[in-house]
Amino acid sequence: MHRALGARMVEFAGYEMPLQYAGIIAEHLACRSGAALFDVSHMGQAVVRDAASLEPLVTGDITGLPAGRQRYTLLTNAAGGIIDDLMVANLDGGCQLVLNAGRKVVDVAHMRAHGVTVETLFERALLALQGPRAAQMLPEAAALKFMDAAELSVAGTACVVTRSGYTGEDGFEIGCAADAAEALARLLLARGATPAGLGARDSLRLEAGLCLYGNDIDENTSVLAANLGWAIARRRAEVGDFLGAAALREVRQHGPVERLVGIRLSGRAPARAGAEIHVPGGERVGRVTSGCFAPSLNAPIALGYIRADCAAPGTLVALIVRDKPLDGVISPLPFIPHHYAR
Amino acid sequence: MPQIYFTADHEWVEIGEDGLATVGITDHAQNALGDIVFVELPEPGRSVAKGEACAVVESVKAASDLYAPLTGTITEQNSALTEDPGQINQSAATAWFFRMRLADAGAFAELMDQAAYDALLASLA
Repeated sequence: MHRALGARMVEFAGYEMPLQYAGIIAEHLACRSGAALFDVSHMGQAVVRDAASLEPLVTGDITGLPAGRQRYTLLTNAAGGIIDDLMVANLDGGCQLVLNAGRKVVDVAHMRAHGVTVETLFERALLALQGPRAAQMLPEAAALKFMDAAELSVAGTACVVTRSGYTGEDGFEIGCAADAAEALARLLLARGATPAGLGARDSLRLEAGLCLYGNDIDENTSVLAANLGWAIARRRAEVGDFLGAAALREVRQHGPVERLVGIRLSGRAPARAGAEIHVPGGERVGRVTSGCFAPSLNAPIALGYIRADCAAPGTLVALIVRDKPLDGVISPLPFIPHHYAR
Repeated sequence: MPQIYFTADHEWVEIGEDGLATVGITDHAQNALGDIVFVELPEPGRSVAKGEACAVVESVKAASDLYAPLTGTITEQNSALTEDPGQINQSAATAWFFRMRLADAGAFAELMDQAAYDALLASLA
């Protein structure tokens, strides 16, 4: 079906996925102005029936998550690094998880090693309908608010729908059986959504200041350096009853050595992951972890880690690309305001 | 009558009556790269060896090198391309990157002609 829509395919996390259809910029702008449909079935869906068994492994308040609500949380290691970032929804008395494609096997092994009973639903499909017109194209779920989750029927197909996403726009993620996904996708396209690929998904999330696991966060990045301290629930921080809590308490006392920041470049040349960040004309103080040309800003942007004393918005930096310095400035995140249906 | 040749890296090389080679990328290449947002071109006067990376094309997602199709000296760059890199997507066959004087004026014979390039594209399909 992707190829029939003109997709160029790439391999990602062992899946053959659509990189782009009409073009990354057109798809990106369609998501910001209308609605775009992404196939993100490579993401790992799973169910943990016993929320209390999962809680010691994540930073969020999972046992306190009300029915029909979803939360972004982190699987952490003992050093306070990030094993994965994931979504947890309280549905049907259990936790519905959405895990990163490249981490789902690791995540499940980690949870099982800590005595958590996990039911994997990796064969299930996941579609993301994102953009200001998403609710018009999925009226079945229009009553949901941002980070609500519900089981509902869309044209006769049983779906798990959450009002969330990875673009900074309003929208939905829709899980369903794999054999129902194509018909559901065709329905949403017929209602006016623009097919969009992983290329636009990446530029959209970067403008929205959202981390990509494996680029911006990994097992060696501290939750606090990644500015994800907000994903540690107050109760969990106070009690310190999750893996890595002691290490993170230590980091919190002294402040992280480096921080994840947004950077806007003044020219048109993008800086990509791996580019060094320098004080203008001076020493190396950090590295770019994600970079692209931002279609909505018509300018290059990047995320990267920088020494904490250089991380204040407005600080001028030089990004080294092909041995030449490009002028940049530390910018507040997100680059583009979020538009969630709160 | 200018003659057009091609490289296996999907560049086109037009040999003008003045003997200068004008270099761009093919429609296949622009399509593979996707939306082009930035180009970096070689400075006139620079000597380049065949196969040397001498220009950069950036799409939203990735950077790609452009290679000197033959050995020679850059004589001119298309600065209009720097200001509007989208021209490459719109019209790859006319959006030239740079001109160069070949060290060996007959070296273009090493390149593919249209029929050979078409055969290469057919083999990729």
